[in-house]
Amino acid sequence: MFGKLTLSAFPLDQPIIMGTIAVLIIGIAGVLGLITVLRRWKWLWVEWITTVDHKRVGIMYILLALVMLLRGFSDAIMMRMQLALAHGGHPGFLPPEHYDQVFSAHGTIMIFFVAMPFVVGLMNFAVPLQIGARDVAFPVMNSLSFWLTAAGALLPNIALGVGEFARTGWLVYPPLSELPYSPGVGVDYYLVALQISGIGTLLSGINLVTTILKCRAPGMTLMMMPVFTWCALAANMMIVAAFPILTGTFAMLMLDRYLGMHFFTNDAGGAPMMFLNLIWSWGHPEVYILVLPCFGVFSEVISTFSGKPLFGYRSMVVATMVITLLAFVTWLHHFFTMGSGADVNAFFGIATMIIAIPTGVKVFNWLFTMYGGQIRFETPVLWTIGFMITFVIGGMTGVLMAVPPNDFLLHNSLFLIAHFHNVIIGAVIFGSFAGLNYWWPKAFGFTLHSGLGKAIFWCWFVGFWLAFMPLYILGFLGMTRRMNHTDNPLWVPYLVAAAIGACIIMTGILLQFVQIAVSIRQRRYHRDMTGDPWGGRTLEWSVPSPAPSYNFARIPQVTGLDAWWTQKAAGRTVTPPAFEAIETPRNSPIGFITAFFAVVGGFGVIWHIWWLAVPAVIAALAALVTSSWRPRGELILSADTVARTERSLRPRSA
Amino acid sequence: MAFPSTAQQACSPSGPPSPKRMSPRVPFRLSGAAALLALGGCREGVLAPRGPVGSAEVQLLYETAAAMLIVVVPVLALTLIYAWWFRASNTRAVRRPNWDYSGRIEFSIWVIPILVILFLGTLTWTGAHDLDPYRPLRSARRPVTVQVVSLDWKWLFIYPELGIASVNELALPSGTPVNFQLTSGTVMNSFFIPQLGGQIYTMAGMQTRLSLAADKPGTYDGLSAQFSGDGFSDMHFKVLASDQAGFDRWVAQARQAPMTLDTTAYAALALARGTTAVIHYRSVAPDLFRTILAEGAEHPAPQPPGATPTVPPPMPMSPM
Repeated sequence: MFGKLTLSAFPLDQPIIMGTIAVLIIGIAGVLGLITVLRRWKWLWVEWITTVDHKRVGIMYILLALVMLLRGFSDAIMMRMQLALAHGGHPGFLPPEHYDQVFSAHGTIMIFFVAMPFVVGLMNFAVPLQIGARDVAFPVMNSLSFWLTAAGALLPNIALGVGEFARTGWLVYPPLSELPYSPGVGVDYYLVALQISGIGTLLSGINLVTTILKCRAPGMTLMMMPVFTWCALAANMMIVAAFPILTGTFAMLMLDRYLGMHFFTNDAGGAPMMFLNLIWSWGHPEVYILVLPCFGVFSEVISTFSGKPLFGYRSMVVATMVITLLAFVTWLHHFFTMGSGADVNAFFGIATMIIAIPTGVKVFNWLFTMYGGQIRFETPVLWTIGFMITFVIGGMTGVLMAVPPNDFLLHNSLFLIAHFHNVIIGAVIFGSFAGLNYWWPKAFGFTLHSGLGKAIFWCWFVGFWLAFMPLYILGFLGMTRRMNHTDNPLWVPYLVAAAIGACIIMTGILLQFVQIAVSIRQRRYHRDMTGDPWGGRTLEWSVPSPAPSYNFARIPQVTGLDAWWTQKAAGRTVTPPAFEAIETPRNSPIGFITAFFAVVGGFGVIWHIWWLAVPAVIAALAALVTSSWRPRGELILSADTVARTERSLRPRSA
Repeated sequence: MAFPSTAQQACSPSGPPSPKRMSPRVPFRLSGAAALLALGGCREGVLAPRGPVGSAEVQLLYETAAAMLIVVVPVLALTLIYAWWFRASNTRAVRRPNWDYSGRIEFSIWVIPILVILFLGTLTWTGAHDLDPYRPLRSARRPVTVQVVSLDWKWLFIYPELGIASVNELALPSGTPVNFQLTSGTVMNSFFIPQLGGQIYTMAGMQTRLSLAADKPGTYDGLSAQFSGDGFSDMHFKVLASDQAGFDRWVAQARQAPMTLDTTAYAALALARGTTAVIHYRSVAPDLFRTILAEGAEHPAPQPPGATPTVPPPMPMSPM
């Protein structure tokens, strides 16, 4: 009846897990209760769940990322505590079968459900505003993308209480992830969750590429696009090229696990190493999918707060495109130790290093953007300078590992862990928080608390260095990754230092929620009346804050780079003289409905409950198809409504 | 898929260029000084190499790090200096609010990274070839062959020339090159002795090779560096490097061991999931390594009770 699902799937005998679940259930019940008490269900449905406004979709992506950050970080702090305790015969508090799930979930959640939604959310929010568009090219599909991502994020969290998550590491290398070695449902949770969210990401990539190429304001040629938009274009082109590889690879692994095929098995002609090649053909571009939009954020921030145009715009664009291409020819550096031979290793080593050239150019460009500027040290600037310092070190250790003989020594060691956290925290997390602080006023109409913002930065910055520099040293000392306990007394002080660093980062994460809460409470003091709180240069700062649903009351005419700066310099008025009626897309519940059935169907597939899985998948597809014949046209906002909205958002200039 | 080629054949033992030197060069300490300080003299780990391969790899590590620091240090310094000097409150700073292009600077910021990468790329090409794990070490002494099989979660070492085997203990004569032939009787692992030099994967149905040597007698740590399941954290072994007399003693001792390793004993060892104490085998079934290699994962992990095996019986598979 319930497939593989029996009572034993519920970890009733595990106090840590049951405690977590209890807290989760109480938390969720609290939120739902609050919504009920405040009678906000209809509001939630109309304003958020069914919204197709790219800004709100972007905000929901970022909210998802922040919530998942709590989950992913809980895993991280458990690992650091475990390793600080488990040495010299002490087993720690996490036995291997739990610990292995914890590190697998940490990687999976942090990459797919924190970094990805954060970055996709920022692009969703800012790109249409930057190019003078009223929404993305396919607003309903955008909502579907988000809800599929959220559906994917839900499944690993269900795995917490029902069954288990993968114990194989975040990229489920076969043959370990094949049925003989991983007979449980953990790998299936992983595969199904990422298949669902992967479709969402692919659709989002198609959407943003189309938006950037087809929906720019008149006059905005490609070489007038803001650098963030360029970076978003590059990242989304990579999504479109790389995510189908991920889907295909996971589909093959699912065929192995569900239908007894032999793509990656040890026996019957399977080729496990083919999985490594394929997964990293997605995985390495994925690194740049995450990092390029953040480079874009830093470019906007450093130029805005230096009060200068970005130095070397053309170099920046060329560098971005070079990275986009080269990202696809470096995948083998993730397994130099496979024994491919010197020529192959040397080729991929050198290809990897070549990426350091355009990346280096970017760093120099940011440097010379500061030169001659008038730098205001607002929170986003701190994140940017922190990034430059951190990322240069991370880039250097990356190039070190691109030399195959160096990699033979450091592969899979804690040096590698330190390296990729150095670049992913240093660039993606720092960039996301820079973007959050930078665009928050555009989203909500008030700035975030600056003092707390700076405190958060310092927690992350100091915590990061304390948590990860010891890991570099441990890598040199020969400690490998994914160890559950250690027996070398020399390592212990470094592991303890790393745990302290993680606690400092935790303070930063908690303060992040405090910052948001305090800023909301004090929103009157932090109100942004002008729509342009930072002295911005790009078009998003030409509209009032919070940006109205239609973004631009009148579509701007673009004549050059830094379109808004140029307009301000020419002394043009903020408010257009006359308003016109605007067509905006109608809300659609289809994303939510499809994602709901995707979760149900996915759960059925994971547990082999076919009577549940088959109808749910059919229902998801049917809902999508049905929604394609919507009888009603789009919403028309009258010129009066637009005028009223504009006046209420910008009382002073009206 | 490119797979373990026969790179070692390209380098004929009689060829003039020494493939890998047996005597370590003096390590280039400049860039490593900071790391060495932090490591408190460094008696363990990859920065304390005790063999020619490890020494050469560590030297390359220092050289590449030094080359990058030439650019990285000025960039870090300039970042801090520019950020500080051009702060909004500094009245002495000269502002150039419209300055966004300089041909000379643009040229330099492309050329400097290109030059560094040209240099590093050259080091990478020569390093990848000189330190190819498949290249045998040149030495006046006859190399020892050790066949390595990773199991759940222990290491089996077969000495085909001596007809003995051991589990979780690898004895080597110091000053003698060791040619490892490696495969896996289970999932993928990575064979790694940090102080002797770089690692290589072990994969079922496939054979990889690795050449290492220990300069001096000593005991070193060995481990799996590729996560392989619940017992991975204890998948360690000791490397006992001793002089020839000491190695001969170890061999003689192993020959006194009660156990022999035939295919049945191997199957039992492979199926017993978990680590184990050191075991010596006084004899080994001939061609056991070939058999393991040909069978790939003949012995899949035990199914949990009640689970129906969904994987059909394995077909014989030839090594790639």
